[in-house]
Amino acid sequence: MKTNQSEKKRISVVIVGHVDHGKSTLLGRLLAETGSLPQGKLEQVKALCAKNAKPFEYAFLLDALKDEQEQGITIDAARIFFQTPKRHYAIIDAPGHIEFLKNMVTGAAHAQAALIVIDAKEGIQENTRRHGYLVSMLGLKQVIVVINKMDLIQYDQESFEKTQAEYREFLSRFKLEPLAFIPISAFEGENMIHNSEQMPWYQGNSLLTQFDKLEASSTDELVAAPLRFPLQGVYKFTEEGDERRIFAGTLESGSAQVGDKVIFLPSGKQSQIKSIEEFNRPAATRAQAGQAVGFTLSPQVYVQPGELMVKAKEPQPKVGNRFRANIFWMGRTPLIQGKRYKLKIAAKRVSVKLVEVLSLIDASDTGSIQKKQQLDRHDVAECLLETLKPIAFDLYDEIDSLGRFVLVDDYEIAGGGIIIEDRTGQGDLFSEQIRHREEARVLGWLRQPDREKRQGHKARFILFIGDFSQGKRKMAAATEKLLFEHQANTYFMAYTNLNLGLDSDLAAIASDSDEEVRRLGELARLMTDAGMIFITCLSLQDPYDIELLKQITLPNEIFVVSVGENRWNIPGVSLEVAAHANEGAVAQQIVAALEFKTL
Amino acid sequence: MNQIEQLEAKSIYILREAYRDFKNLVMLWSIGKDSTVLLWLARKAFFGHVPIPLLHIDTHYKMPEMIRYRDEMAAKWKLNMIYGENKVALEKKLTFPDGNVDRLTCCRNLKSAALKHTLSGEWPRMRFNHQLGDYEPDQNKEAYTGVIVGVRADEEGSRSKERVFAPRDEESDWNVGDQPPELWNQYKTDFAPGTHLRIHPLLDWTELNIWEYIQKEQIPIIDLYFDQGEGTRCRSLGCWPCTGKVESTARTVAEVIEELKTGKFANIAERSGRAQDKEDGGGLESLRREGYM
Ligand SMILES: Nc1nc2c(ncn2[C@@H]2O[C@H](COP(=O)(O)OP(=O)(O)OP(=O)(O)O)[C@@H](O)[C@H]2O)c(=O)[nH]1
Ligand SMILES: [Mg+2]
Repeated sequence: MKTNQSEKKRISVVIVGHVDHGKSTLLGRLLAETGSLPQGKLEQVKALCAKNAKPFEYAFLLDALKDEQEQGITIDAARIFFQTPKRHYAIIDAPGHIEFLKNMVTGAAHAQAALIVIDAKEGIQENTRRHGYLVSMLGLKQVIVVINKMDLIQYDQESFEKTQAEYREFLSRFKLEPLAFIPISAFEGENMIHNSEQMPWYQGNSLLTQFDKLEASSTDELVAAPLRFPLQGVYKFTEEGDERRIFAGTLESGSAQVGDKVIFLPSGKQSQIKSIEEFNRPAATRAQAGQAVGFTLSPQVYVQPGELMVKAKEPQPKVGNRFRANIFWMGRTPLIQGKRYKLKIAAKRVSVKLVEVLSLIDASDTGSIQKKQQLDRHDVAECLLETLKPIAFDLYDEIDSLGRFVLVDDYEIAGGGIIIEDRTGQGDLFSEQIRHREEARVLGWLRQPDREKRQGHKARFILFIGDFSQGKRKMAAATEKLLFEHQANTYFMAYTNLNLGLDSDLAAIASDSDEEVRRLGELARLMTDAGMIFITCLSLQDPYDIELLKQITLPNEIFVVSVGENRWNIPGVSLEVAAHANEGAVAQQIVAALEFKTL
Repeated sequence: MNQIEQLEAKSIYILREAYRDFKNLVMLWSIGKDSTVLLWLARKAFFGHVPIPLLHIDTHYKMPEMIRYRDEMAAKWKLNMIYGENKVALEKKLTFPDGNVDRLTCCRNLKSAALKHTLSGEWPRMRFNHQLGDYEPDQNKEAYTGVIVGVRADEEGSRSKERVFAPRDEESDWNVGDQPPELWNQYKTDFAPGTHLRIHPLLDWTELNIWEYIQKEQIPIIDLYFDQGEGTRCRSLGCWPCTGKVESTARTVAEVIEELKTGKFANIAERSGRAQDKEDGGGLESLRREGYM
């Protein structure tokens, strides 16, 4: 029977190693020898070299960019497709120069296996080591090591074995055991496709044979794991009377069936799967790891994109705000303590801080451990991180897709990491900071009780919450008016004004809502400190935001007015009013609820 | 899941990610096989709906069948269909078929420049009015800052080095040496105001994958890709003066797949029929750096 091409599995392999050790040459040669190049391409590149009086390089077949050919180095990873009778390959040719480490990391993060290239003459270099541990951190378990340019050392067995022993020992520190060490000459084509006559002492596989022995990743294991469904979006497209409210995302692991009881984390909301939605596919009752699908749920729940849907009956992920992780840093500016970064884990985005650097791995010597306060560019270290709000996650060793994350600094993905331990409950940077703020604050001449006595009322933070267009702003303004008529010291701030000024540095689109909430809280703390009844409205959707605001506003109190249906189940509501309720009446109710001496 | 299903799932994920994070999104539709697959994937991602406008750059040298097919599909699938063009260059006849400029300059005028100014909103956009069944000037002049494009890594050298979420500066320039890292399925979705972005959901697909998917899903595809009885067909669609045909008697999707599998074209670049590629030693890189797709 003829096999369908696509049923032949595709495996992606990244080629890494120190600069100039021959990665692109190796791949160029492989393509040439397996007949994978477009007709005339080899001749064309050779002719071009002759014309420009440059020696021919196989690497020019890959280094397609003009700058790359001029400088003779790879700048960005190229994806190349080729096939053997056994299967399809997507080979990623990564750059070896340290300057382009993030391109190497990008290439490696998309591969299922890695080929590490070491120059036989130069031996193990800084990036041979760095790429080695990055490969291990990025989760690649299948690794082949080739010692290249054997022609330059007269195909000497002894030095091959020496390099092999040294590198094997190095990788073992990261629990990485290569599938094979192969001595080759990429340029001369030795041990590439067939076993080399130059190295009769080598009994192992040729490179291509070893390639065909790599195992394409199978999803069986993932399917058997507990369900992890990061929510990417909740869609309701009303066109042509479509009534479905669809929870869309990709199953990272496990499976889900119609009827399954599910929980969203960290919010804890529960529901049940009513249907599985897909376009142009027969109706299904089950979906499994790897599939990008949608669910409808019953009863209806309101949750934000970024929440994690799991099954009630299966092992639960961790929900916490502090964890230990291995991090590699690629940012232009260092990763430092005290600064807020954005953490992206599965579909969730949350504000995060570096609590402490626990230990640092140094590539320049032999991988020894150092002590440091911050991570500089290209550093790899074990760190303690704390998120502003709790997140749902797994340890990397348990479910890798829920145990890895990236860190965004100033719009750029500047770091990546894997979670190795949950440290929730062991200290809390955020409450400590609030405590410190209250202890260290400097007071003026006036004290709060004096202010309250003269004003005849306490300071308060009145927050109107609810969806857009529910009449919140009218009610807030009416409340301001009525309070003013009661001689109260009050101020209504339209949230827009914050966006226009104080928050104008937070990009409008990729909005950093955690930071917005934090700033609003600090502003409310200052306004209430001035004795004010401070009023604003916000379309809160995350129940945890209220917790944050409460904590930040302490010791002053927050009075929450929920307008319209409280679909997001925001806790701690002091007053519930209907959407578009009469604003004067609402203001009356609020003023009545606040204790007024002068009333 | 087989390979095609995996590719499909990943592209859907990318489309949803783009939709989640960008307000002013647009999807380019060249009517060719890749962008038609992309459009189909959008219908998959959004459960039969296409909540993203589609933009076609009309060079006026497209084969007439393409425009007919475009408008049929727009009506049938209720697409938010927009087109733009380089009116000035067309009026002044600054085109290759008019014999006034070389192929590359023609591409720059009719495609790159038209695209750039249509995206920015400086040049008029025509929008399909479903009631009228015709185009009318679009009132929306806001710049599209996120552009979804159906390029594939296997098409040609510089495309093999693209990112899935690829920033361009305001001039649409591509800084190839300094691209953002992409880890696992985390892409660069945070952007300083004013940044422009290209999104490439098909980067990991090959030509064969595209055809196999067209077959599997029964996607209606324009018949210029098939032999009409002359023993030739198009493998890549562009403007007629610069689009050569390949010798082939494939009349159906299944026959195209068979043909690709025999390795008949294994050694011939897919865009080899596209004459403009050859005028530049760096392949498409120069054009692409300046904003060509
Ligand atoms: N003698 C000899 N030279 C080789 C061999 N393999 C590669 N080279 C040479 O080593 C130089 C660097 O090769 P590349 O393939 O560009 O190295 P690379 O690892 O891709 O370099 P970067 O991508 O920039 O990190 C070139 O001049 C090659 O011709 C080999 O097996 N023997
Ligand atoms: Mg290289």
